[in-house]
Amino acid sequence: MTESSCVWIYAVADDAASALTGGLIGVGGGAVRPLSAAGLTALVGSVAESEFGEAALRQNLEDLDWLERTARAHHEVIETVAKERPVVPMRLATVYSSDETAARMLLERAADLRQALTRLAGRSEWGVKAYLAIPDDGADGPQPEVGEPSTGPGAAYLRRRRDQLAAHRDARQDAVASAQAVHVDLDRLSASARLYPPQSAEIAGHCGSMVLNAAYLVADDRAEEFGAAVTGLAARHGTLQLTLTGPWPAYSFVGQDGTEDAQ
Amino acid sequence: MTYGNVATPSSGTVRRSGVAGGPQTANLADILERVLDKGLVIAGDIRVNLLDIELLTIKLRLVIASLDTARQVGINWWESDPWLNAQAADRAAEKSHDQQELEEENRQLRNRIEALESGERNGGSRGD
Repeated sequence: MTESSCVWIYAVADDAASALTGGLIGVGGGAVRPLSAAGLTALVGSVAESEFGEAALRQNLEDLDWLERTARAHHEVIETVAKERPVVPMRLATVYSSDETAARMLLERAADLRQALTRLAGRSEWGVKAYLAIPDDGADGPQPEVGEPSTGPGAAYLRRRRDQLAAHRDARQDAVASAQAVHVDLDRLSASARLYPPQSAEIAGHCGSMVLNAAYLVADDRAEEFGAAVTGLAARHGTLQLTLTGPWPAYSFVGQDGTEDAQ
Repeated sequence: MTYGNVATPSSGTVRRSGVAGGPQTANLADILERVLDKGLVIAGDIRVNLLDIELLTIKLRLVIASLDTARQVGINWWESDPWLNAQAADRAAEKSHDQQELEEENRQLRNRIEALESGERNGGSRGD
């Protein structure tokens, strides 16, 4: 039964989290269970090697449908537990061959993990994005009209294009400057901050260009203040439309080795 | 001439979407950004070759934000921000390639505009 399964780790938490796994379903539809060692509890699940073993993973990770399903399942487990206890989320596809080897990892990393849990306690991640609040034709302008006079459709198109770009350049520069100002202000209210590259409009499901895509680690007792600050900044910077998501588990703040900031 | 789809600009607004138990499901890009790119990286003993994940992440990055597009509209300031970013170096090779392509494209477009405009001044005749 266990010969063809391996151990998927969602996150590491303290021992109090072991009571939170009841009924939780994770990747591959498998149950989530606690695995305790060194005074820490890893949230793990047994997964089929045929789907989550090395060879299978390499293929499956390239399959966007599989990836979405798995990413959402991974996230939902982490999110559920993070509502109750501080967690150190593991990157997707952290897989061990057995409970023993997973427990050994907990032992080896115990000090770092405990330190990270302490740092994340009472804090959550919030996502803030800023979009240009103006119609943005930068990526795909209107099509040139058919049947233009002899000046040539190419010339007309290029002229129109150039004028459009010029007209929008100033607005964009304003928006980018505003986005930076927003970031500076929100950074002050945060324990830590991370900037991500903007997402493309298609993926973000939003028509304006994204000019800020940031994550902030905010103390839970300042979450309201943080939200109010975002609202205030939105009012002050009319060129931007802001979105606020959260609270997230602190994905962006566990770093490469569980320490705050290697940078 | 007006644009095809002028969205009503709702400036100065905040769209709030709850993630935890909120009314809106977290969007996939937000989740992928976090679970693939962030989170604690510890190599399990089932080696999903980390290199494979890095490659996938780079591919997703291209989907999530076309660096070309970002640079064209001048929103690549995060790349040089000191707050950022461990992966800047990883992207350097890719970046310089993109940059070269962009510069080349710009050059060609400028040449075309010049050629077309001088064509106009000469009464539309093309002196090939």
